[in-house]
Amino acid sequence: MRVSPARLWREKIYHYRLVATMCKKCGKKYFPPKVVCPLCGSKGLEKVKLPERGKVITYTVLHVVPRGFRENAPLIIAIIELEDGTKVLAPLTDVKPSEVSIGMPVEATLRKVFDEAEKGLIAYAVKFRPIL
Amino acid sequence: MRKVYIVGIGMTKISRHFNKSLRELFAEASLKAIDDSGNIKPGAVVVGNMMSSSLQEQDDLGALLADNIGLRGSAALKVEAACGSGGFAVATGYTLVASGLYDIVLVGGVEKMTDYPTADTTKALAQAADAEYEVFYGASFPALNALLMRLYMERYGATREDMALWPVMMHDNSYHNPYAQLRFKTTIQHVISSPIIADPIRLLDSSPIGDGAAVVILASEEIAKKITDTPIEIAGVGLSTDSVDLATREDLLTARSIRLAAHKAYKMANVEPKYIDVAEVHDAFSINAMLVLEELGFAERGKAWKMLKEGRFRPGDKPTVNPSGGLKARGHPVGATGVYQVAEVAMQLRGDFPGVRVDKAEIGLAQNMGGVAVSTSVIILKR
Repeated sequence: MRVSPARLWREKIYHYRLVATMCKKCGKKYFPPKVVCPLCGSKGLEKVKLPERGKVITYTVLHVVPRGFRENAPLIIAIIELEDGTKVLAPLTDVKPSEVSIGMPVEATLRKVFDEAEKGLIAYAVKFRPIL
Repeated sequence: MRKVYIVGIGMTKISRHFNKSLRELFAEASLKAIDDSGNIKPGAVVVGNMMSSSLQEQDDLGALLADNIGLRGSAALKVEAACGSGGFAVATGYTLVASGLYDIVLVGGVEKMTDYPTADTTKALAQAADAEYEVFYGASFPALNALLMRLYMERYGATREDMALWPVMMHDNSYHNPYAQLRFKTTIQHVISSPIIADPIRLLDSSPIGDGAAVVILASEEIAKKITDTPIEIAGVGLSTDSVDLATREDLLTARSIRLAAHKAYKMANVEPKYIDVAEVHDAFSINAMLVLEELGFAERGKAWKMLKEGRFRPGDKPTVNPSGGLKARGHPVGATGVYQVAEVAMQLRGDFPGVRVDKAEIGLAQNMGGVAVSTSVIILKR
């Protein structure tokens, strides 16, 4: 995807630190963050740090990867349920496709997602790896 | 609101039309539809299209396409809801006639997907997902659907072979449809040994990339009764959305937008799922078909694959689902698909669909969606 310094910078707290927004009324947390709670309609959402550990609830192994991700192929994308029940979508790292399973415990780690060589921009974000 | 009828239909075959541009495809289907309606002149044009901005680098598509078919001066606009653009375009055209603002509206879906390498097209398709929180990580559109497919099989006990029954059935149907892109039969063995795209999704679980245009002409009751003996009523329209991102949904296998849109359409048309004779539904991947059948009320949650195994939804059953071959095999020129579906269901009710035909069909349903069940339309037609 096309990126600019501003575009990456704006999302940094979410992408680098695994921060979500939480509804002060119903307690539900959202990653990606929302402004108004989709569940209860409350406008009182605040930023919260999510737990860094969870388990894989589903995953896929991409053999056909988008441009810019060739060095990551095959790419593993998962939905992870964190310890507080919040679900997040993220890539898995430090693991072979054949070693991944539903229910596998994982933890957050900061990694490079892609780089735009021409502009010298490097996009970082939280990925998840097996808990050793 | 006034009653609204379909009075003209035109389609192109879905194919890799290297010799035809987006505007030529649209014109071909439009002129067929206008001819089919007895040459009435629309006052407005609504275009369903997803990717003209990213692939053709063309905006203001409504005006461009209207002018090209001799409708300079008419109202014209493009409706975009990713792969669900076509259904939302029909719904928009419906409101223009129902409101009384226009008496005759041309609704056309068009997509030109084959001018560039597949990587360019899949990049444009990925724009249906959340750019900052899904595409950013390298998640392609097949990848998001693969997440659901794995979970579905795990939760409900469907095997890889069970999931392959859908594409096999779709290819059986498309074989008879002269407008279909993939007109060959396939087998469970072929499906489960085709190349892996995003595990567990394989090539033959996926709809093909193709070009096409489909057009329906909508008219008020007064005009419809004058110009045709077979007006098809748009009896129910339901629209709904869900989160674009998958992760914040309460349950990943509950496709809420489909259920909500269907509920609204059934209520408006005063029908229930069991009354539907024929349905054209959105099966971009095998997993989509399962979720759609369940959310439309044709199967209980988690049981669509079992009904398929029992031989349901095939020609002769009620409902017959996707006699066209569906997105899987008729093809999926993304922004045009919803209009193809409405056109095909209307032809089933008129009794002149040129492929697998559903005898004496009275009530039909078209379900189209953008993203992974993000923007859904359900449209119910009556003879």
